[in-house]
Amino acid sequence: MNKDVILSVKDLQVNYGGIEAVKGISFDVHQGDIVTLIGANGAGKSTTLKAIVGLVKTKAGSIEFMGENLIGQNSTAIVSKGITLVPEGRRVFADLSVLENIKIGAYLRNDDLTDDINWVYDLFPRLKERSWQLAGTLSGGEQQMLAVARALMSRPKVIMMDEPSLGLAPIIVKGIFDIIKEINRQGTTVLLIEQNANMALKTADYGYVLETGKITLSGKGSELLVNEDVKKAYLGK
Amino acid sequence: MLDKTAEKRKNIISFVCVLAFLILVLILDQVIKPTSKMFMLLTVLQKGSVYALAAVSMNLLNGFTGLFSLGHAGFMLIGAYTYAIFTIPDKARDVVYQYYDASVRFSIPEKLGNSMGPFGTVLGVVIAVLLAGLAAAIFAYLIGLPVLRLKSDYLAIATLGFAEIIRAVFQWSKLGPVTNGSNLLKSFERTSTFKGVLFGMKLKFATFVPVLIATVSITLIVLLVNSTYGRAFKAIRDDEIAAEAMGINLAKHKMISFVTSSFFAGVAGASMAMVLSIAQASNFKSAMTYEILLMVVLGGIGSISGSVIGSMLFVAASEWWLRGLDSGTFLGINAPGVFRNGFRLVVFSVIIMVVVLFFRKGIMGDRELTDVIAGWKAKSKNKKGVTDHE
Repeated sequence: MNKDVILSVKDLQVNYGGIEAVKGISFDVHQGDIVTLIGANGAGKSTTLKAIVGLVKTKAGSIEFMGENLIGQNSTAIVSKGITLVPEGRRVFADLSVLENIKIGAYLRNDDLTDDINWVYDLFPRLKERSWQLAGTLSGGEQQMLAVARALMSRPKVIMMDEPSLGLAPIIVKGIFDIIKEINRQGTTVLLIEQNANMALKTADYGYVLETGKITLSGKGSELLVNEDVKKAYLGK
Repeated sequence: MLDKTAEKRKNIISFVCVLAFLILVLILDQVIKPTSKMFMLLTVLQKGSVYALAAVSMNLLNGFTGLFSLGHAGFMLIGAYTYAIFTIPDKARDVVYQYYDASVRFSIPEKLGNSMGPFGTVLGVVIAVLLAGLAAAIFAYLIGLPVLRLKSDYLAIATLGFAEIIRAVFQWSKLGPVTNGSNLLKSFERTSTFKGVLFGMKLKFATFVPVLIATVSITLIVLLVNSTYGRAFKAIRDDEIAAEAMGINLAKHKMISFVTSSFFAGVAGASMAMVLSIAQASNFKSAMTYEILLMVVLGGIGSISGSVIGSMLFVAASEWWLRGLDSGTFLGINAPGVFRNGFRLVVFSVIIMVVVLFFRKGIMGDRELTDVIAGWKAKSKNKKGVTDHE
C-alpha cells in the first residue's frame, strides 16, 4: 500500500499572515487517485496546497513527493518535479491570449509543445475556438478551463486544484468535474480542494475533512458522503 | 486568424519599413543644410531617437514586467559618463579635467584608431557604447538585489532614491579625477564629428548614428519581449502568484528585466552624450525620468511602437512645433505679449491633458503598429479581423 503513495504530507504546520493556518496535518495521496480535502472557509485548505507547491513557507513537518522531501525548495524546482497548482480564483493572465496562457504553463519545458497543445485543445474544444482571444475576456467557466489547461501543460504527475467550482453555474461545475475525472482517467493524480463537498466527495476516491487547521475525519469518498457528521456540517442534510 | 505565414509576412514588412526609414534618415542627413528651416527635423530625430530608446527600455520594465521603477535617469547618467570618460582623446584630457588630475587616460576609439585606422575608431565608439550599457547594467544588478524585493510604489521610491544617489556621487569632488566632479565632460567622440567618404562623396552621420543605435537596441528589445522570457515578464505583470505557481522564478525574471532595461538606458545615455556633445550629471535629474515616463504613458504602456511614437511627438512638439509660442509668432499669429517665455509649457500641458482624456490608454494602447496596420488590412478585405478580441 505504501508503495504507490505519490505525495505524503506529515505533521505539516504553516503560519500564514500571522495566524497558525495549518496545525499539523498528515495525509497521503496515492498514485492515480482523486483525493479531496473538504472543509469550511479558513480551515487551511488553500494554505496546504500553497505550501506543497512552495508558495508559502512551512513551519514544521514534511512533504514528500515520490520519496523526496520538498520542504525548502522553491516553486520552480517543485513544478519541474511534476506538481502543479490550479490557483484559487483561476488567476489567468488577463492580458495574454489563450494560447500564450497555455504556453506559459509549459514554461519550464524545453521540448516541443505541439502535441500537448493539441491534447489540451481536445480536452477543452472551447479554448481552441478562442485561441487568440485575450484571457481576460473569457467567461468564468472558460477561464477555469484555461487555468486547468495551463496547469496541465507542465505535464504534472499530480495536479492540485483549489476550488475549481468557485463562482460558477451548476451546469458549468458539472462540466469541470467531468473534465477532472477525464484527466484522472488519463493518468494524472488529482488533489482537489472544494467547498462543494457533495460534488467533491462524489468524484473523489478518498477524502479528508479539515477543520480549523486539523484533519478531523478521513475515508473513502463514498463513505464520507454518507457519514452523519459530514452530512450535517457540509452537505446541509 | 494569425498563422505562421502571416506572422512571417508581418516580420518581413516591419524589417523592410525599418530599413527604408534608416536609408531615408541617411539621405536626410546629407541633403538638409544647417541653415535650412527643416534642420529642426534632424535635431528632433536625434533627440527623439535617444528618448525613444530610453522610453522603450523603461517600457520593458514598467509596461511589460509591471515593475514601477523611476531610476532611469540614474542609469542613463552612468551610461553617458562611461561613454564620455572612455572616449575623450588624450590631448584633450587636461583641458577637460582642468581642476583635477585625470586618472583615466585611456580613449578606446583613439587607441584602436591608432592601430587600425578609421575602422578602429568606429569599433572603439561601439565598444564604448557597449561599455556604457554594461556599466549601467552592473549598477542595476547591485541595486536590484535589495530593491527588487519591493513592490509598486515602494519600488518606485527606492529606485528614484538610488538615481539621486548616483547623481550626487558622480558630482562628488573626491571622485573628480574620474568624473570631473560637478564640471561637465566634453571633447569626446560625438555624432557631429562622425563623417565618412563613400565613392568620393562626403557623408555626414550626425542623425544617422543615434537613429541607428536606437533602431538596433529597440529591435533587440522587441526580440526579447516576443521570446519566452517576454511572455514570462507579461505573466509576472498580470499575476505574480499565478506566474510563480507556473514555476516562473520571480526574482530571476525581475532581475533580468531590470538589468536589461538598465543596459539599454545606459546605451541611451551614451547616445545622448554623443548627440549633446556634453555629459553633465546635473542634467540627469529625476525630471528626466518623469519626462520619459510621460512619453511611455502617452504612447501607451505596454506598446513599443507607442513609446517610439510618444517620444518622437513629445520631442517634436517641445523642441520644434511649439517653439513659436515662446518667441512671439505661432501659426502666423504675431502676439509677442502672450507668446513669450513659458507660454509653450502651458499649451504643452493642455495638449497632454487632452491626449490623455481622449486616449485613456495612450495613443497606441497596448497594441503595436503592426497590429493596427494588420487590422486595417483585415477590415478592408472584409475578413475576420485579427484585432476583434471581444
